[in-house]
Amino acid sequence: MRKAKLNVYRGDKNGGEFKQYEVPVEEGMVVLDAIHYIQAHDAPDLAVRWNCKAAKCGSCSAEVNGMPSLMCKTRMDRFGDDEEIKVQPLKTFPIIKDLVTDVSWNYEVNKKIKGFSPAPDEKEWVIHQEDIDRVQEFRKCIECFLCQDVCHVLRDHDRKDAFMGPRFLVRTAGLDMHPKDTANRMKYLKDEGHIGMCNITKCCTEVCPEDIHITDNAIIPLKERVVDEFYDPIGKFIKKVLGSNK
Amino acid sequence: MTNTVDTKAHTGRTSRTDNWWLSPLLVGVGFALFIAYATVRAFENNYFEIGQFLSPFYSPKLIFDWWHFSPAILILWIPAGFRATCYYYRKAYYRAYFQTPTACSVVGTSGKGYSGETKFPLILQNAHRYFFYCAAIVLFILWYDAIVAFISPQGQFAPSVLGLVMVLNCILLSGYTFGCHAGRHLCGGALNCFSQTEQQKVRFRIWHFVTKLNEHHMGWAWASLFSVGLTDLYVTMVARGLATPIFFL
Repeated sequence: MRKAKLNVYRGDKNGGEFKQYEVPVEEGMVVLDAIHYIQAHDAPDLAVRWNCKAAKCGSCSAEVNGMPSLMCKTRMDRFGDDEEIKVQPLKTFPIIKDLVTDVSWNYEVNKKIKGFSPAPDEKEWVIHQEDIDRVQEFRKCIECFLCQDVCHVLRDHDRKDAFMGPRFLVRTAGLDMHPKDTANRMKYLKDEGHIGMCNITKCCTEVCPEDIHITDNAIIPLKERVVDEFYDPIGKFIKKVLGSNK
Repeated sequence: MTNTVDTKAHTGRTSRTDNWWLSPLLVGVGFALFIAYATVRAFENNYFEIGQFLSPFYSPKLIFDWWHFSPAILILWIPAGFRATCYYYRKAYYRAYFQTPTACSVVGTSGKGYSGETKFPLILQNAHRYFFYCAAIVLFILWYDAIVAFISPQGQFAPSVLGLVMVLNCILLSGYTFGCHAGRHLCGGALNCFSQTEQQKVRFRIWHFVTKLNEHHMGWAWASLFSVGLTDLYVTMVARGLATPIFFL
């Protein structure tokens, strides 16, 4: 049976090291299986966060050979026979232990977004499929935070003080494009969420395990809505004259 | 079990082991070649028109007594601005030239000084829709040129390979221009409801079509960039006597 070599980061906020483990590769095996094998046979104290093993809970986010990935969705047979597999915790968030990071900053960002706000006098809710298709794409998000991890604004520039990140632009898009929502989140997006920090380099879309088109369907449409409100005086004037039917 | 001492979980630019550098390299070289060619041709101010054929770099041909430089300069700021502020091209050149980032999970630049598109000059990217309006007008003129290319100066029907190349160029430019993200927003994406009024239903259908184009925006962007350059190259080669339009009749 083929044996894979995994270099797994072992450590905490004070430092650590990569330890190499050999794991027998079985058909259909994923990286999370290999981590479980290591836990069972070599390192019972290896810390890893996981839950469903079906790419639906978003818990087992890590970096495999440098790419933010769900370990449960990363098959072992994609690696060459002699290829060493490097498994690291998410870079963008503080490490707790081994492969587990503290992602609580995300939940603080989430609290700042104005929630779903239907009109108070709305009596009858009839929603056509074409009105809700866009929003349903955003509801697929499993909050694995891989998009937050790979976003260079948060990852390389550490601008958590300013930028809300792609995950919360997706959530905002889902609220703002809802046909029954009435809230205006544009000022928040521009001045507090700082959507302008995003330079749409699409890494969030590339790593999304749910294949949400984060950049094209959420971030860019929101950027254009911000332009409507703050950077397009001619369009705003025309809408004022003709009346908007948003 | 062997150990590798590395006190931090992440060191160096990246842990990626694939050819992450290839895409930004190809993009950087591709853009540089096109920009160099277009700049030379724009300033050359010669060999851009022969018979019924006009280079897309010089269309519409704006000749004024007060303008003593190449007429291409008066028009090329529109397609250049449209492409420079395009959401696809922004991704491409931010990666290839600005290194923000070089590739996903690869450190290009770092540090708290990053402000993205929130400050001058990059805040001007928000003017993309204005360039879209101007580019759409230029595109209609290019379609006019492509149709005129099938009629000889004597008024006879004169189909040619060069005429077909000009039509193909217009098709690719149309796919690129009308699949634009700003256009997608303006035609219907700005709406929250697509189903209540006739106007919303029409805009939904347009938005749906534009979305199909938009899904391949990168492909349209590159194809139209090549086609506009090659169309100019063909016209200038004919004007220099190095090629013929290859008439069918």
